[in-house]
Amino acid sequence: MTRQQTNRLAKIAISLVAALVVLPTVFVILYVVYNGIGVISWEFLFTAPRSGMREGGIWPALLGTVFLTFGTAIAAFPLAIATAIYLAEYAGDNRLTRWVRLAIVNLAGIPSIVYGLFGLGAFVLFLNLGTSIVAGSLTLGLMTLPVVISTAEEALLAVPQEFRTVSLSLGATRWQTIRHQVLPHALPGIITGIILGLGRAAGETAPILFTVAAFYLPELPRSIFDQTMALPYHLYVISTQVPGMPLSLQYGTALVLLLVVLSLTLVATVLRTRMRRRRQW
Amino acid sequence: MSSDVLDKRELNTPETGGPKSKIEVNDFNFFYGTFQALYDLTLPIYERHITALIGPSGCGKSTFLRALNRMNDTVIGARAEGEVLLNGQDIYAPNVDVTDLRQRVGMVFQRPNPFPQSIYDNVAFGPRVLGRPKARDLAEIVESSLADAALWDEVKDRLDASALTLNPGQQQRLCIARTLAVRPEVILMDEPCSALDPVATLHVEDLMRRLSAQYTIVIVTHNMQQAARASDYTGFFWLGKLVEYRRTPELFATPKEALTEAYISGRQG
Ligand SMILES: Nc1ncnc2c1ncn2[C@@H]1O[C@H](COP(=O)(O)OP(=O)(O)OP(=O)(O)O)[C@@H](O)[C@H]1O
Ligand SMILES: [Mg+2]
Repeated sequence: MTRQQTNRLAKIAISLVAALVVLPTVFVILYVVYNGIGVISWEFLFTAPRSGMREGGIWPALLGTVFLTFGTAIAAFPLAIATAIYLAEYAGDNRLTRWVRLAIVNLAGIPSIVYGLFGLGAFVLFLNLGTSIVAGSLTLGLMTLPVVISTAEEALLAVPQEFRTVSLSLGATRWQTIRHQVLPHALPGIITGIILGLGRAAGETAPILFTVAAFYLPELPRSIFDQTMALPYHLYVISTQVPGMPLSLQYGTALVLLLVVLSLTLVATVLRTRMRRRRQW
Repeated sequence: MSSDVLDKRELNTPETGGPKSKIEVNDFNFFYGTFQALYDLTLPIYERHITALIGPSGCGKSTFLRALNRMNDTVIGARAEGEVLLNGQDIYAPNVDVTDLRQRVGMVFQRPNPFPQSIYDNVAFGPRVLGRPKARDLAEIVESSLADAALWDEVKDRLDASALTLNPGQQQRLCIARTLAVRPEVILMDEPCSALDPVATLHVEDLMRRLSAQYTIVIVTHNMQQAARASDYTGFFWLGKLVEYRRTPELFATPKEALTEAYISGRQG
């Protein structure tokens, strides 16, 4: 074989392997859609489960996941933004900065079940919030912090240094500079990060296991201190804990969960592309 | 720095009936960490005149300029020694409010760098953060600043358009207007024309000339003709030192130092 032939062969082989990576994604999605699409109906989406969950719909779990997603956003947002601003705009080479960075790296590495246990200890028991939407949201929020902080920091650092320099040279304070000439440009990137984080949080089971998720609770929560059902945990329950469960309901539930998570990711991706295209510097 | 660099007679100081100094730099040294960028600078900057700073790349012109409004403060490890008196007050004194200083000593940068906002918002930004005006006053400040920067006629019908729709020459005049809007006393310009074509360059030089009736201007330039054309005083920097500082026509016609002569003839020839 000549060098040129080897060259061409290498390219083909590598492209093929890369294409293989697409397969599992497509396969998983198609498989879930194929098996689950049949049960999707108005009734399935918007009514509560009946007959020990073997009939009826997933409304309380779907709504619970929506509540938890919002709760997570509210819990994570302020802390994440403040930390990212600190790291990107104020952090000097000091001990606080090193500790914050170390903490974030470690937060990112903690298994989600450990978050669940921490949430149980800290929020449910110690803060006495009970098994509740607040406790679950806080736990999920904590879990999404690392992703949100690092994307937010990246978005802040991507704002040209020049904007800060000019703003300061006009007599603006550091905070005015951040508030008016940095944050507005970084905001789309920050929001993208948050949505990505939420996409992950919405699909997690372990962190909500002990902090909020109800096994079977057809009534909707009346306050943020109530328990609620949630899609991932509901899926786990009907797949493992309920004998005689029709398979189609499991796949239908999986399909809805997949759609929730994928649509969040999609929104984040679209936002990011649009922002890149509109960026003017 | 040797005293013969500052020949009082030639500089036309107040004692000889010349202009009064707006800024007095005394024994000023500047360091980036352990690297010394400026050595023993002592010089006056004259009120309502244009002072040009020339010298080879890396000799410390920008560092000196940024020392005058303490923009170097943002560089980690940077350190200043000596005095810089603005209206007789040391700007490096501990009680100085740097935001107040920077409002009084404005800056125009090398690359036209308007914010990616409307023309109006660019000019209004400074007055807004300084917490001054009500809407009507603000509109007046924007108009007068744009007019003083010789840009009003070109943009008055599209103040809401993005500043990035302007051509580079207009953008640079917008940046000047943005600086004027906070009513500074001194304007520092770091190679403000190096990104502009010759016509836009002359436009900015004209503008500087007119502004010098009201403002004290310090300009860094690599363009000898520009320094010769547009300034009243010229300082020649070399490796962080001020080699020669005199009235512009004299510095260019009869440089006293061999270094100055070599530099300006090298650049002109
Ligand atoms: N932020 C910084 N940190 C460390 N050293 C710096 C920094 N800025 C400038 N210097 C150094 O200080 C010296 C003077 O730099 P300065 O930018 O003031 O020169 P200049 O005369 O403006 O050059 P130019 O004509 O290329 O703009 C140079 O040796 C440069 O490498
Ligand atoms: Mg420079």
